[in-house]
Amino acid sequence: MTVLDERPPAFQDVAEPRVIDPGLPTADRTFRGVVRVIGLFVLLLTSAIGIFLGLQAVPTLQKYGLSFFTETQWEPRSNTVGIAAVFVGTIEVALVALAVGFPLALLTALFISEYAPPRLKSSLVSLVDLMAAVPSIIYGLWGFMVLQPHAIHLSRWLATYLGWIPIFHVDTDATSASWQQSSFTASAFIAGLAVSLMVIPLACAVMRGVFALAPLGEREAAFALGSTRWGMVRAVVLPFGRGGIIGGTMLALGRALGETIAVLLIISPTFDIKWNILSVGTNTFSALIAGRFGEATATQLSALLTAGFILFAMTIAINTVAAIFVNRSRSGAATEI
Amino acid sequence: MTDVMDTPTSGAAMPTLRVEYAAGERASGAAEIVPQLRSELGLDDQDAPLETPRARPLHQRSLDDNASLIGSAVGSLALVWLLYERVLPLSGTIGFVVCWFVAFLVIYSAVTSMVYPRPMVVDRIAQAVVTSGAAIVGFALAWTIIWIFLQGLPALIHLNFYTEDMAGVGLNDPLTKGGIKHAIVGTAIQVGIATAIALPLGVGTAVYMTEVGGRLSRTVRTVVEAMTALPDILAGLFVYALLIITLGWQRSGVAAALALAVTMMPIIARSAEVVLRVVPGGLREASLALGASQWQTVRRVVLPTAKAGLATSLILGIARIAGETAPLLIVSGASSFFNANPANEPMNSLPLFIYDAVRRPDGLTIQARGYGAATLLLIMVLVLFVVTRFLARDKGPSR
Repeated sequence: MTVLDERPPAFQDVAEPRVIDPGLPTADRTFRGVVRVIGLFVLLLTSAIGIFLGLQAVPTLQKYGLSFFTETQWEPRSNTVGIAAVFVGTIEVALVALAVGFPLALLTALFISEYAPPRLKSSLVSLVDLMAAVPSIIYGLWGFMVLQPHAIHLSRWLATYLGWIPIFHVDTDATSASWQQSSFTASAFIAGLAVSLMVIPLACAVMRGVFALAPLGEREAAFALGSTRWGMVRAVVLPFGRGGIIGGTMLALGRALGETIAVLLIISPTFDIKWNILSVGTNTFSALIAGRFGEATATQLSALLTAGFILFAMTIAINTVAAIFVNRSRSGAATEI
Repeated sequence: MTDVMDTPTSGAAMPTLRVEYAAGERASGAAEIVPQLRSELGLDDQDAPLETPRARPLHQRSLDDNASLIGSAVGSLALVWLLYERVLPLSGTIGFVVCWFVAFLVIYSAVTSMVYPRPMVVDRIAQAVVTSGAAIVGFALAWTIIWIFLQGLPALIHLNFYTEDMAGVGLNDPLTKGGIKHAIVGTAIQVGIATAIALPLGVGTAVYMTEVGGRLSRTVRTVVEAMTALPDILAGLFVYALLIITLGWQRSGVAAALALAVTMMPIIARSAEVVLRVVPGGLREASLALGASQWQTVRRVVLPTAKAGLATSLILGIARIAGETAPLLIVSGASSFFNANPANEPMNSLPLFIYDAVRRPDGLTIQARGYGAATLLLIMVLVLFVVTRFLARDKGPSR
């Protein structure tokens, strides 16, 4: 079979094929360029946050050296500042928030995706979104005014019966009839409870989203094999959603580490490394920064910005790991008609 | 059973497209325009295989389920009340509820195991625990909202609360004098400027991630997700280090707005990306096949299709930054007088006013004003939320 060359004679002996890709039109090249610049701007902005805080941190680190990480006191007047106590306090508050928030977020996500009546589902989802949108200062107020008077009873109970565990120990006689309420207020435990309210919707939304993606076929296969609903959840939904559970929890941890205003309203600042979370006083990075910023001198500002830089490094690391976990359990493909 | 069955009613008259999002955002426009487009294009006759499968309700509550649940609840309540309140030397509401719950679980599992095998017992306990966990969260949310409303009511009922500022008003002056106009206007201006900056950048980033793509866009997506949960105070510190230390600006409304924009941009970018991703790829291909350039496709097809969803993500962003307090503490000074100029002079805002007011000693009326402002802030967020729900439900033409 012969191929007829239908090109005009003048072109028939041209050996190489013509370029048929016209390239992108100018409008598209501009569009792609602009959009790419915007995307790069976001990358730049994140690195700029790191760079600017990092630059401000240099003089502080030069001045105090390693003692900045080991010193517990924060007294710029006598030239001793360090973040050891705030670091421990931040971790304590975040861990309390996670210890309370993680189970509740997981149960709520399971309830919405597996147990709630189908008609209520979308309302429940937007209730969780609403919970995430309530300003943190309102949770802080509620935690301080309403939760604290109730939570100190729980603190007292823990101190009475579990006081032999070091973290639950309180230096007061918790069992006496006229117990000292003020030794239990303003603690890392209560701040953590208030913060847990803020991390629950975040973790719950991520978890629920991943649970909802658990394949329908496998769910029905589990039921067809005679599984109960809990059996199906354990065998299909939870293994499928493991990435989302881990990712959501880490996002929650990132949020809990940086929560400012609720912690600032509840705690009374102290600067010792304290392992007993129930007793009065603690401090966190963000509460330290917000609390000391107004009265800060130039040296102290630099020290506060250094503390901010360390908080930035901590959270960005945790959040990036979380984002990788969440992304892995989700496909990036477009929806097809 | 029949009333909860989700079977398609008449053949494939209403194709249902169920889209789930990993991050919990509900984007609507794109998902709902599809059935409409399909019916306009006359595709409804042949789309049976394209319909996304829906979960069928497989569980029904029987009389036995209900009876054992209610019986165990009432029985454990009676038992615990007798032991806790009358016999044992215990007291306290939290302790009572916890004991009741534990007793309920024990009795419930005992009752179930009389009739059913072990997996069924585990199933019922799991359901009870999951439901109570969700109930605790809902209870805390409801308690917070109701409490703040009750606290804020005394200040909110005075008209002057909205029309006057606090210049020359003492901390303990009656609520009929002075108000928070300066804070309301300050919040409105700051949020407005922040939105004007963050919206184009956020949507642009989302367009970059979904329409242009490439290896770099995956990095951008990871970074955007990490930035969404960046501590709010760091945005304030960043703007402080950049504008006030490096460039020598003053604390002002603009600085506050920039800090809010830094917080808002990743939120908008992430939720807009989710929305753009559910725009059907077929629409893009159809537009490109008709000879449209990519820019035309994005402007005339992708963005209009996702319009309602983009509005939702904008409102979520606004709701989130309206209550940000920590960055404002750093970059914006508080003031008691009215100032509509964001470029100089300190400018107050609702969150700052609340923070300042509620830390005053008890009994002063300034505290009541603080709670009033908090309630107003919450009402704003609630209204934005209702609007979002309305937009998400709006099935009308979004073009």
